[in-house]
Amino acid sequence: MDPVTALLVTVVTAATPLLFAAVGELVVERSGVLNLGVEGMMLAGAVTGFAVTLTTGSGTIGIIAAAFAGAAMALVFGFLTLTLLANQVATGLALTIFGVGLSALVGSGFVGTPLPRLPRLDLPGLTDLPVVGPLLFGHDVLVYMAVLLTLAVAWFLARSRAGMILRAVGENHEAAHGLGYPVIRIRYFAVLFGGLSAGLGGAFLSLAYTPMWIEQMTAGRGWIALALVVFAAWRPLRVLVGAYLFGGVTILQLHAQGMGLFAVPSQVLSMLPYLATIVVLVVISVGPWKGRLQAPACLGRPFHPTH
Amino acid sequence: MTPRLTRRHMLGTAASGAALLTAPRLGRAQMDKVRAGFVYVGPIGDHGWTYRHDVGRLDLEAALGDKVETSFVENVAEGPDAERVIRQLATGNDIVFTTSFGFMNPTVRVARQFPNVKFEHCTGYQTAENVAVYNAKFHEGRAVIGTIAGHMSKSGIVGYIGSFPIPEVVMGINAFQLAMRKVRPDCEIRVVWVNSWYDPGKEADAARTLIDQGADMISQHTDSPAPLQVAEERGVHGFGQASDMAAFAPNAQLTAIIDNWGPHYIQRTQAVLDGTWATQNFWHGLKDGEVEIAPYNPNVPSNVIEAAEAVRLGIIDGTVHPFAGPIKNQAGEVVVAEGESLSDEDLLKMDWYVEGVQA
Repeated sequence: MDPVTALLVTVVTAATPLLFAAVGELVVERSGVLNLGVEGMMLAGAVTGFAVTLTTGSGTIGIIAAAFAGAAMALVFGFLTLTLLANQVATGLALTIFGVGLSALVGSGFVGTPLPRLPRLDLPGLTDLPVVGPLLFGHDVLVYMAVLLTLAVAWFLARSRAGMILRAVGENHEAAHGLGYPVIRIRYFAVLFGGLSAGLGGAFLSLAYTPMWIEQMTAGRGWIALALVVFAAWRPLRVLVGAYLFGGVTILQLHAQGMGLFAVPSQVLSMLPYLATIVVLVVISVGPWKGRLQAPACLGRPFHPTH
Repeated sequence: MTPRLTRRHMLGTAASGAALLTAPRLGRAQMDKVRAGFVYVGPIGDHGWTYRHDVGRLDLEAALGDKVETSFVENVAEGPDAERVIRQLATGNDIVFTTSFGFMNPTVRVARQFPNVKFEHCTGYQTAENVAVYNAKFHEGRAVIGTIAGHMSKSGIVGYIGSFPIPEVVMGINAFQLAMRKVRPDCEIRVVWVNSWYDPGKEADAARTLIDQGADMISQHTDSPAPLQVAEERGVHGFGQASDMAAFAPNAQLTAIIDNWGPHYIQRTQAVLDGTWATQNFWHGLKDGEVEIAPYNPNVPSNVIEAAEAVRLGIIDGTVHPFAGPIKNQAGEVVVAEGESLSDEDLLKMDWYVEGVQA
């Protein structure tokens, strides 16, 4: 593999966990709910995916279990914030802290155990093509799932009736309720989808990216995913671009260091995703895009059907 | 009927616990039993730094049997909360080990309030009447693995994953490079900083990057086995950090530098028992068994093992110094003349790289 292809292949893998987590959170936020527990749900997915794959020997079952684990965590969040109307920010933060502890407890017996990596797609002829081969046909199944999931979400939100209802709930839950849509139930579905997707992101970490379990192995990727949703101004296709951009920046700075190019300190490059997010927030608040690119109007506001 | 935890139960337990903690202790030189507390910065499950400290604690329990009672608090952030945890442990223990650099100031502050309790702080430099410090000469292990790399690297490029450019890490890189150049004068080290002690994904990406750029040997000063796993996948070699990581890289890990804190914990707790404890600044290495080299991989040729063992044994008997001159800096200027070597004081504030390091 030539260096540029190698770099691009690494970017794809670095972007995948971000993409899973961010596209899930995007759906949650478009329905008007802010779940800051992405990191906790990813960890639940990572440890479950690892444990189940190790004990059953099947990566497929592991991936499915990871998705369910993420969704189970999301269900706790949903019950607290949607049914009991607890504060979403506080509950989300608690979910992250809870996920860190719970995953450490569940995973304590699995530390130091190696696991074979998820198999890569290997299409004879296609994978051997120069550049395109390893880039397009040389990944494991989760990499493709992340992209397909994002495209599906983009279609769902823009084109499907259910997607439009979900957006309506996020923009104005009173009006949606007035039209007879079950606001709470729709938000439950969105929250569960967010958990499922974060769980898959976690599974990618513990099964493919670094096939092992160690505590807190997400190392802040859940928070980058949250920033990514804002960076993408709540648009799925921009999440796709943003995830590859954020992943690309991380990998590029490592390559720059290895080649001894020290134009910009590595710490500055590590800050870039967050700086970019702040810039986007400023632009959509005061710039010429004000009003066109903005957060769902009901984001983070609890809904209690009174009439 | 199932037992239920009520708030009253909880309060009762907490109160009796507090009573135990504040129970008066008899002050005397020799003791029958010593209580030792440990403060860990990370989770025991990190398979690295904290894990090895906890192995040391278990060694202590095994060695002193019923003469010692240990307790620990893991995942203590290096911040305001550390002082509270250290104070809490100080009320119930005779000796408290705080195992991260960032615990230095809280340890010294709490020590002032508990003159009868002994404190030992790992990797710091502030001592007091009842505060000792201890660290390990990890760079001695780096000299051994650098020798192996010099023999076994084909491309002559070693990828080095760094955490933060602090003296401990810088001297490790330099010791590795000096030992490697003794074997093969044209090799170079490329350093990639990940700005974290522990981020498996980023460590793995750094390893991929370095291998893509031609490195066929990976060394790391970060705590997860992820870089070795990448080395295994890509068919290059590497070295374990802090603990034996062979399970993650059965072919790739040539050997590992192992932190072995047990002997220090046993010796110092015994000193409390004997009433001979006094403040001191410990910096042990291979000689005292605080730094160990894991079993060599069967795929290391016997002549390479011989060369590595010569360095290891030489450091132990004092005939080999990892920082013996002549040493040139990155610009090629001689900074340590032939026949001289760098002192411990110079090493502890090392902020420059030797020739052939790209960082």
